[in-house]
Amino acid sequence: MEQTMAATSMAKTVMTPAQGPRSARTPKLRAEGIDMIFARDGTSVPVLENVKLEVHDGEFVCLLGPSGCGKSTLLNVIAGFLSPTRGHVLIDGEAVRGPDPRRIFVFQERGVFPWLTVEGNIGFGLFKLSRKERAERIAHYVTLVGLQGFEKAYPQELSGGMKQRLEVARALAVNPDMLFLDEPFGALDSITRLIMRRELLRIWEAERKTIIFVTHDIEEAVQLSDRVVVMSARPAKIQRIVDIDIAHPRDISSSRYLALRDGIFEQIGLAHKV
Amino acid sequence: MNLLGQTMKWERYFWPLFAAGVFLLLWHFSVLWSHTRIFPSPLDVGRGTTELIRKGVLFNYVIDSLRRVSSGYLSAAALAIPVGLLLGWYPSAAAVVNPTIQMLRPISPIAWIPVSIIWFGVGDTAAIYLIFLASFFPILVATINGVRNVPSMYRRAGRNFGLSPAKLIARVVFPAALPQVIVGLRIALGIAWLVVVAAEMIAVDSGLGYLVIDSRNSGKRYDLVVAAMILIGLTGLALDTIFRRVEKLRSVRWGFRNES
Amino acid sequence: MGTALSKVKLGIRLRPVAFVAVLLLAWHVAARHQTVPLLPGPLAVAGGIVELAQRGLLLKYIVASLFRVTWGFAMAAMLAIPLGLAIGWYRRSEMALNPLIQIFRPISPLAWIPISILWFGVGDMAAIFLIFLGSFLPLTVTAMNAVASIPPVTVRAGRNFGLSQPQLVYRVLYPAVAPQLIIGLRITLGIAWLVVVAAEMIAVNSGLGFLIVDARNAGNRYDLVVAGMVMIGVIGLLLDIGMRSMENIRSLRWGYSED
Repeated sequence: MEQTMAATSMAKTVMTPAQGPRSARTPKLRAEGIDMIFARDGTSVPVLENVKLEVHDGEFVCLLGPSGCGKSTLLNVIAGFLSPTRGHVLIDGEAVRGPDPRRIFVFQERGVFPWLTVEGNIGFGLFKLSRKERAERIAHYVTLVGLQGFEKAYPQELSGGMKQRLEVARALAVNPDMLFLDEPFGALDSITRLIMRRELLRIWEAERKTIIFVTHDIEEAVQLSDRVVVMSARPAKIQRIVDIDIAHPRDISSSRYLALRDGIFEQIGLAHKV
Repeated sequence: MNLLGQTMKWERYFWPLFAAGVFLLLWHFSVLWSHTRIFPSPLDVGRGTTELIRKGVLFNYVIDSLRRVSSGYLSAAALAIPVGLLLGWYPSAAAVVNPTIQMLRPISPIAWIPVSIIWFGVGDTAAIYLIFLASFFPILVATINGVRNVPSMYRRAGRNFGLSPAKLIARVVFPAALPQVIVGLRIALGIAWLVVVAAEMIAVDSGLGYLVIDSRNSGKRYDLVVAAMILIGLTGLALDTIFRRVEKLRSVRWGFRNES
Repeated sequence: MGTALSKVKLGIRLRPVAFVAVLLLAWHVAARHQTVPLLPGPLAVAGGIVELAQRGLLLKYIVASLFRVTWGFAMAAMLAIPLGLAIGWYRRSEMALNPLIQIFRPISPLAWIPISILWFGVGDMAAIFLIFLGSFLPLTVTAMNAVASIPPVTVRAGRNFGLSQPQLVYRVLYPAVAPQLIIGLRITLGIAWLVVVAAEMIAVNSGLGFLIVDARNAGNRYDLVVAGMVMIGVIGLLLDIGMRSMENIRSLRWGYSED
């Protein structure tokens, strides 16, 4: 931990991935032996098979896999919205039994409440605070995600990228330990997506939460995360975990980036040519 | 679906007036040509209306009908919305109650008249009960469906932030279901307005429905009958328009799109 | 797994039945404990239904009501749907006629009773006319709305393939509006059923609505009154179920997204 703090104070724009001997730190999240079988119309559909995952505090981890492979299911199990057929999830040593405000799930921008303004949405989870504290928090996060001037606007008046930022702000406002993001940029156009990735990293830099991010976009995974968990098609197993040891900001033309990316391409079985 | 080019702004006012004018002319001339002695022409109806206004009857009767509608309708909403929220939230409860609802729904409120007269005697309460009955089911069904259609994403987000079930219903489910509830409320108001007229024809002695029956029974004043009918139409339309205005405010702001 | 699961499923399916049973029991008890024995309990009502069946009136009255509904509703549909589609298609006609339609819509068919008796006298025609009135405008509006909700791309695609006007109507317009029309028909049939009961209470001498009024007037037979109400509910429900099954015809299913 101290190494990371020193590194960030020395070079503000360069972020090193969470360092320190792994074995010496207990993982923040530990999922063991997760099986998930859905019963549908009499047949059972196995979606997850013997998934084991460890995530450390402050890490940015991506779950990568093709659509429908079960990575969202895994995220829902971790977040406590689904109970696994077998296995358990421990966060900070506690078993996960249901959703919890310490671990906020960010959906795609459709998850913002359309009947509340930007302020209303961000303040949604803050009902335990005093009015003054709530106003301060809301103002802080409005600025953090760059929605100044839109405090009284309704989500309908915002663009897709702005709505996504609003949802992230709402999630962060309750100061959770962990953020789970389920393909949050899926509905955005590719240009906005690039901008949003940078925004997300900036926000992560400012408020170092543990993030688990689900995506089917290989580039996105390699650009954002410390570790990429590559998952197979249904029933999903963890195929491989790739460490992305490039410091932020990452040069997406660097040979190291391309090597890691291509490695994952190969892992998934895709050729380089279209 | 316009095949004759863009319409001009003035046409929005011209065509309805044109159609209304044609309608009135047809009416007037068919009365004239058929030499009927009973059926009123538009002018007769106009005169009848002024007579009602002069006698002070018109205003009072409209108020009476509106009064009955509001009592029955508002009490129906006050009961149907909470019950609908609960039934929508607990689908197993809804499954238990649903067949009963489906059986009671097709029974015309008018068919309840003898029973309601037994319970409440002839008078206002019986009429208000009928309006209550007629408004209750549409609001209930719309609320249940509204709750069912709340995207699970919203419910999950609410649970994620640590809301208790009661808070969840109040702060997430209800606002999310509100657009559909409002459509149900509007439809129920339309039904209530139809029923009040019917109830007044049978069970009470004031109001627009009563005016329709009474004008015929005491003197075959068909001009007053038609005047009353037109008033019923206009008042009902006014209620519906006001409601839609309210709907527009909300739905524009929240970005919900509603079909009528 | 098989038998345990099916036992649970049976239990769940029996719950609504249990609920109805509880309501019937409550009704029975309440009826027993009336100070003045006016309202019948469920047993008396059942007896009333049997009596009506034995006297041959049950079938007669049901048929009479259905007859009137069918005629009034069918005539309304045959006129209202083409009219509504035409009005919806031509913007100017919609602009012209919509205000008139909106004024006539809130006028309860029952408010037309004096006029219908004036024109048709007391009898079947008056009742059928009322049902026609009650169905006509809702169906017109349904058809208008159905046309309005056809995506413009559909029409453009039809034109792109060189369809003439009548072909456009037949091969694009009608199929596109069919799902919504069927829903509208079902809802309006429900309205027609409400109107027939009311119309019969006032204007004719047979039918379920008449039964209710007559049973009360000729001897305070409230058991028959409630029996009539029950039959009204049952038949209305059957009509609704029948119409819903039409919505399930596969060729129309595309029009109903995630219901």
